[in-house]
Amino acid sequence: MIAFALRGLLARKLRTVLTALGVVLGVALMAGTYVLTDSIDDAFHSIFKQTYRNTDVAITGKSAFSLGDNGATAPSFDQSLLPQVKALPEVQAASGLVTGDAHLIGKNGKAIAFGGAPNLGFSVDPAQPDLNVLALESGSWPHAGEVVVDRTTAGKKDLAVGQTIGVQARGPVEQMRISGIARFGTVSSIGGATISGFDLATAQGLFGKPGHLDEILITGKPGVSTAALLASVQKILPANTQVRTGAEQASQDASDTSGFVSFLRTLLLAFGGIALFVGSFVIANSLSITIAQRTREFATLRTLGASRRQVLRSVVLEALVMGLTASALGLLLGIGLAEGLFKLFDAVGFTLPNNGLVFRPRTVIVALVVGTLITLLASLRPAVRATRVPPIAAVREGAKLPPGRLHRFRAAGAALLALLGFACLLYGLFVHDLGTAQVLTFMLVGALLVFVGIAIFSAQLVRPLAVAANPVARWSVIVFSALVWPFFSLPYWLLRYGAWGPGSVPRRIAAFVGGAVLNPLILLLVLVMMLRRAVSGWRPEWPVDFPGVLTERSATRIGNENSQRDPQRTAATAAALMIGLALVTLVAALAVGIIKPFEDAVDRIFVADYAITAQNNFDPIPTSVTAGAAKAPGVESIAGVRVGDGRAFGKTIEVTAVDPQAADVLRIDWRQGSQATLAELGADGAFTTDSYAKNRHLRIGSPFTVETPTAQLMHLRLAGTFHPPAGGSPFGAVTISSATFDRNYEQPKNLYTFVRMRGGVTPANTAALTAALASYPNAKAATRAQFKHNQTAAIKDILNVLYVLLALSVVVSIFGIVNALVLTVFERTRELGMLRAIGMTRRQTKRMIRHESVVTALIGAVLGIVVGLILASLLTARIDFIEFVVPVSQLVIFAVVAVVVGIFAAVFPARRASRLNPLDALHYE
Amino acid sequence: MLGRLTTGGTMGSENGAAVVVGKGIGRTYGEGDTAVAALRGVDVEIPVGQMTAVMGPSGSGKSTLMHILAGLDQPTTGSVYIEGTDITKLTDTALTKLRRKHIGFIFQFFNLLPMLTARENVLLPLTIAGEKPDPKWFDDLVERVGLADRLRHRPAELSGGQQQRVAIARALVSRPTVVFADEPTGNLDSTTSGEILELMRMSVEVYGQTTVMVTHDAAAAAMADRVLFLADGRIVRELPRSNRHEILAAVETLTVR
Repeated sequence: MIAFALRGLLARKLRTVLTALGVVLGVALMAGTYVLTDSIDDAFHSIFKQTYRNTDVAITGKSAFSLGDNGATAPSFDQSLLPQVKALPEVQAASGLVTGDAHLIGKNGKAIAFGGAPNLGFSVDPAQPDLNVLALESGSWPHAGEVVVDRTTAGKKDLAVGQTIGVQARGPVEQMRISGIARFGTVSSIGGATISGFDLATAQGLFGKPGHLDEILITGKPGVSTAALLASVQKILPANTQVRTGAEQASQDASDTSGFVSFLRTLLLAFGGIALFVGSFVIANSLSITIAQRTREFATLRTLGASRRQVLRSVVLEALVMGLTASALGLLLGIGLAEGLFKLFDAVGFTLPNNGLVFRPRTVIVALVVGTLITLLASLRPAVRATRVPPIAAVREGAKLPPGRLHRFRAAGAALLALLGFACLLYGLFVHDLGTAQVLTFMLVGALLVFVGIAIFSAQLVRPLAVAANPVARWSVIVFSALVWPFFSLPYWLLRYGAWGPGSVPRRIAAFVGGAVLNPLILLLVLVMMLRRAVSGWRPEWPVDFPGVLTERSATRIGNENSQRDPQRTAATAAALMIGLALVTLVAALAVGIIKPFEDAVDRIFVADYAITAQNNFDPIPTSVTAGAAKAPGVESIAGVRVGDGRAFGKTIEVTAVDPQAADVLRIDWRQGSQATLAELGADGAFTTDSYAKNRHLRIGSPFTVETPTAQLMHLRLAGTFHPPAGGSPFGAVTISSATFDRNYEQPKNLYTFVRMRGGVTPANTAALTAALASYPNAKAATRAQFKHNQTAAIKDILNVLYVLLALSVVVSIFGIVNALVLTVFERTRELGMLRAIGMTRRQTKRMIRHESVVTALIGAVLGIVVGLILASLLTARIDFIEFVVPVSQLVIFAVVAVVVGIFAAVFPARRASRLNPLDALHYE
Repeated sequence: MLGRLTTGGTMGSENGAAVVVGKGIGRTYGEGDTAVAALRGVDVEIPVGQMTAVMGPSGSGKSTLMHILAGLDQPTTGSVYIEGTDITKLTDTALTKLRRKHIGFIFQFFNLLPMLTARENVLLPLTIAGEKPDPKWFDDLVERVGLADRLRHRPAELSGGQQQRVAIARALVSRPTVVFADEPTGNLDSTTSGEILELMRMSVEVYGQTTVMVTHDAAAAAMADRVLFLADGRIVRELPRSNRHEILAAVETLTVR
């Protein structure tokens, strides 16, 4: 029986390949993700291990509470600790260092940056190179007024030892001499980051940390255990510091990047999972069709004494072999994919560290198990159906599979499944106090149930949808044909006419030349045909009808009827596309839903003329930039918005601070207080969002305390509350005056600076502001429209990435349609022969198949868009800052894509159908 | 209307016991007003070691009778015994087991599995039952049906006659109690038909294979030891071994009737 199953697969190669493709692609993405992220993880770990190669223990500053994600770093500590450490008897050597953001200024006066990668600066100790995080490749370690830069940046920007380069950190640009080229750990750079190194005093000055250190790296005396060294350091440790072993510190440093890597992994795995889910629909559908076609074969086996269990086993075994093979192929493809992704990231400037691809056993196991399991699960229902084939089907013509016992409850069961799915979604979304994991589980299970339920239930909707889709399919194909007519249909006909058509030689030459001019690619095709004609005596078809675009109603009508013939099959084929389109629609709706309220919010709050932000739009930048910009001629009012972490009422919150002139540049929807409050915050005034004040029971004048990361306590009283628009505001939960902020926070930074200028936005004002920012290359000024565009650009980038990832599942569903059509053509061989025998032309045959394909794709598109919009409306109802907006233009594009998918999916099957010889087809048994 | 002509209620015949016995078999398709009776109370005994042909015009119920005797279809009334077991009362599993041991099939359209070679097709019933073939028996069988040099071929590479030879070998390979043949020559030309019929006759003569053959070809029926004639769901006549002309004459009386 094993041989039987394997032979069956081999005998149906094309069908098997088309069926398994979904699993191959899904597994490839999963395996590729694992290989990619494992390699990155591994590379990061080796980098940080190398960094701490000679460090037995490391002292770092300790934040008073765990920090949020707005770029805040642990506070620094006093450098007087260093001599104390050095004096310890167990310590062989110790080196103090500071770190910070340092921008290198290129020859064009702009900050050097690759993609969104950071610009890292470190202090190095020329006296103790063993403990430096950087390793020198050429030149010498830097002294005062000197800098070392990483090899990658040096290579990309043609920097050499002895040149002078601008460096900017907290203050304005300083010119420094390049003393050497360095690398970071084992690699020249990470993720396209620029890396620079300075001597300690220079770095302390640049980063605004005079007399402070961020880290002390310590080597113990020979024979002193790490534990003993830790214990001895522990004794002299001040409260705001902590000590770890070098290995611990390395994995701590790597954890930031690990967070990114695990996010990347989860994201890519999710899309691999979606592709597999879509693939499982394709497999289930293809297998059901194949099994229906093999009814006679299974019945014969039964008459020869095969038990139901043997039939079940043979089908499941086929699926097992197919799943294993497809998963193995996917695994191989995944390795190639990982390699390709590395190259892709590199090409867009985001160089990922790569010490060679890491191929863990886990990757193999997960890929094989998941791929095979999904194939097996998808095969179960078709396999059970196969066991219902009665032996008597062996002697009956055109025997159909008997409907299952539960057939009657199919529609109701499917509807119930979908409703249960929606219930899960609603529960996950709207029931409070669920953990993130629970919410995600409910939503995932809910979405799966919704998709499966609707896929099965949609068999009931196929007839009305097919009737409705009929004219749309007809006309969209006509429009599409008309669009490509001058470039494909016409030149193809002209070339063939010229090559072997009738008529006078001059006419034929004219036609051939005309066709060749219209489309040289088709010229190649026809040349190959001519060659074949000359070599093998093959006679291409002629006469060929002059190409038209109007579809014959007779052909499209039969095509439409065909799509309604087996509603279950059409629904299952369309379902694969439905899932892809539903997710694409959801993503598009959410993106539009985020962008619109955000832009509304900016329009409402942003009453200034310009906003100054970092070049990458979201990094906080030093407050000196605001001071610099204020000097520009024509500035009437200018106000920065500082951002930092704080802890209040036991929770970490975002604390923002405003300059007194904010009232002129920002308009706030006050609930208590007024615009004047902005300038009157003083030493202890604070305003909060209305909901924050309400939840904490704060009234005007209520005292409350906010703790800073350096454990400073700020005693504040409520001076006002405001209502942020749905799209958000520049302010965190608590906003104080910038003076108070600067007193309590190390290294204050502005997220935005808003500027009002005399005369508003004019070219002269823009030029003045740009000139004032010239010494701050990391800052840029933007008008309100530019600001909105810049801030939403990131969302649009993310959107494009998601589209690309979802395209994979759409591709899988295309193969699902191709496969279903190929199987259908195969099944209807005799019928097609009959149609051809009674006078249907090849072209009509093609149009018939194509129409069925387009109708199926449109059904999938309609269902997908509707489901996507329903999901989007649920999510937007839950999430405050997203509005439900129907992304009309995107939906039109998706519908057009669906039609094109239908047209392309039909190309190969239609060709096969039109090539059937009527006589052979009638003989076919 | 002629009366019922059956072989009577005895369990024996000149060659020994009857291996397949049908008692009062009735089969109705559909329900209510649209009900059609295909068989109206048929009693039949298939004697061991003989070839029994079942003839009758289209719609006479001859195929339905064979399907019921072979356990492919369930009778509406009556019972079928194979080697004393009432197969109408068996579960699917028991029926499957019974098929392995007692029943071989030869189909009009051969029903070979296209992806298997001739050899694998012949051995398929044993493979399914998980039994090893007796090599001597297999070689002898293959030699007799004339497939010795075709064993590695796939069905698509064989002519119709060769395919039916494979099917005959497949039906015989497990030495079943009874072989049912459903219009075995219905899809073949007359020369090939003759060869196939010779082969089936050989299986009766040499192996003593009990065989039931449904046919509307008088030449085929002339190979049988006994011919049963069905009309309107009843057995209306029975002939012992007869030549083509006698059979055609009998058919004539049925259709003219």
